[in-house]
Amino acid sequence: MKPFLKLISAVGLALTVGPAFLVFAGVMTWHRYATWMLVGTLLWFFSAPFWMKHHEEGSM
Amino acid sequence: MTAIPVARRGPRERHTASRGVERKRRGLERFVVIAPKTRGPDLARFPNPPSMASKRTLTERLDAINEYDRQPVPDSRLQGPSSFAGFYAGEHVAGTEFVIGPLFVAQGVSAADLFLGLLVGDLLAVLSWTFICAPIAVRTRLNLYWKLRRIVGPRLLFLYNIVNALMFCFLAGSMISVAATAVGIPFHMAMPGLNDLYPNSLGWVVTVLVVGSVVTVLAILGFEEIAHFSKVASPWLFLVFVASGVAVLRQLGVTSIHDFWRVANERIWTGVPMQGRVHFTFWHVTFFAWFANMAMHLGMADMTILRFAKKWQYGLFSSFGMYLGHYVAWIASGILVALALLHGGQVAPGPIAYLGAGASGLIAVVLASWTTANPTIYRAGLAMQTITPDWRRWKVTAVVGAITTLAALFPALMMRLLDFVALYGLLLMPMGAVIFADYWILPRLGLRQDYAEWRKILFAWPAALAWFATLAACLLINRVWGLQIFFLGLPGWFIATGIYIGASWIQQRSAGPTLVEERA
Repeated sequence: MKPFLKLISAVGLALTVGPAFLVFAGVMTWHRYATWMLVGTLLWFFSAPFWMKHHEEGSM
Repeated sequence: MTAIPVARRGPRERHTASRGVERKRRGLERFVVIAPKTRGPDLARFPNPPSMASKRTLTERLDAINEYDRQPVPDSRLQGPSSFAGFYAGEHVAGTEFVIGPLFVAQGVSAADLFLGLLVGDLLAVLSWTFICAPIAVRTRLNLYWKLRRIVGPRLLFLYNIVNALMFCFLAGSMISVAATAVGIPFHMAMPGLNDLYPNSLGWVVTVLVVGSVVTVLAILGFEEIAHFSKVASPWLFLVFVASGVAVLRQLGVTSIHDFWRVANERIWTGVPMQGRVHFTFWHVTFFAWFANMAMHLGMADMTILRFAKKWQYGLFSSFGMYLGHYVAWIASGILVALALLHGGQVAPGPIAYLGAGASGLIAVVLASWTTANPTIYRAGLAMQTITPDWRRWKVTAVVGAITTLAALFPALMMRLLDFVALYGLLLMPMGAVIFADYWILPRLGLRQDYAEWRKILFAWPAALAWFATLAACLLINRVWGLQIFFLGLPGWFIATGIYIGASWIQQRSAGPTLVEERA
């Protein structure tokens, strides 16, 4: 399950930042970019909390 | 994990000796700078009976709050490089980054001055962490509270904690202000302008009160969960900054990478300050970037973090915070505000983030502010608890939240953040200089380290003199020679060091046997 969640998180981060470069390159509209970014945001926050360590053993 | 033996703990800690609770408290420690992780939400359930508390002296009550950290960090709890890289990267990509970048634009810095100034200033900050703070942290393995207590005595430390608590309240207040500018957008709230110092509308007041209340209640209910959430949000947040900056470049006229520098000079960092703003040069940017976290490095607050480092060289990992947060994020938010100004729009953090990233931008502003305000309120609560050590944790947090929210009502805190950050660092820096001088220089002069502890002095006058006289000297330099607040930290550090050494010499030579004499 964890690898799958990590994959979703990675896709989320990619969608958060990737479309911005497409807007800069002129191949994507700003509105579509904002939508994809929101999708990426949701993917990240609905997957990352479940696999990121809550507290590392002996953390600071 | 090595649990501290129950017998060595204070009375409160004996109630909470379970492994689970201990792990929770260690999680809190990451976010505490001044008097860390000592009496988190779990310990609040076990307050001392009032009759017992009233019999204890102020010193005993202060120490009880910090009892858990009395011992130096054991080897088993030392951390590797990734912990520090992650900590610093998360700590310095915050909601206030949405304000600082735009303020550089408002101050009329030129593109070359900004890029070079940040490069140099961030490097100096990293070196300060590495060569000033980390070596003492690693050698003593103590947090700021206990190290300072040995040098300045508990009563002066009490005063220091009060100043610290107030500074933390104002810092958290600026973050709540930032969050309010995002929350208010759907309600068409009138945004504060760059020159607004006082509440500008009823909508602003209501929004800040609501945001402040929610942040405070959440800080009371679940500090630890929010701390974890902050860690989760950190990489996403950094990418939102990057994406926002990149996505709007085309609207500013940058169609290829080769256009960037021209547009940066003509439309973003034009070198022309807004009306009423001081013109920022390379030196302003350098010193601001260097001293933005002066309380943490030269002020030694990050001893609390770096005492967990295996090597003092781990101070270099602060570069993750500096170059991701205080370089990339500041540049990105500067680009955003330039677009807002070009369109004649609002320049508050919420609107510019929306301009750059739409709904995700608003989420970023709220989350970045909230998750950073949360540990700041917690830190303020711990520092404030020195005044009311027998209050339950929730009550202290509620009072701190109320002060913070009231402060947030004034947009001045946000719109004059550069000045506030400089003042905050300057106020706390002298105590860092005192620690530095006490650790490295006094022994070389044949004077004793940790003199207050050795002599059981409650209020060490050399440290007090160094603190107050340094601030007075900085004020004098500012008034007489006109040196701006951004630069005062540098002469201030040397003044504080010099005064402390001189005063310690007088104190120890006139009081009796010294370390050298004892050894002889």
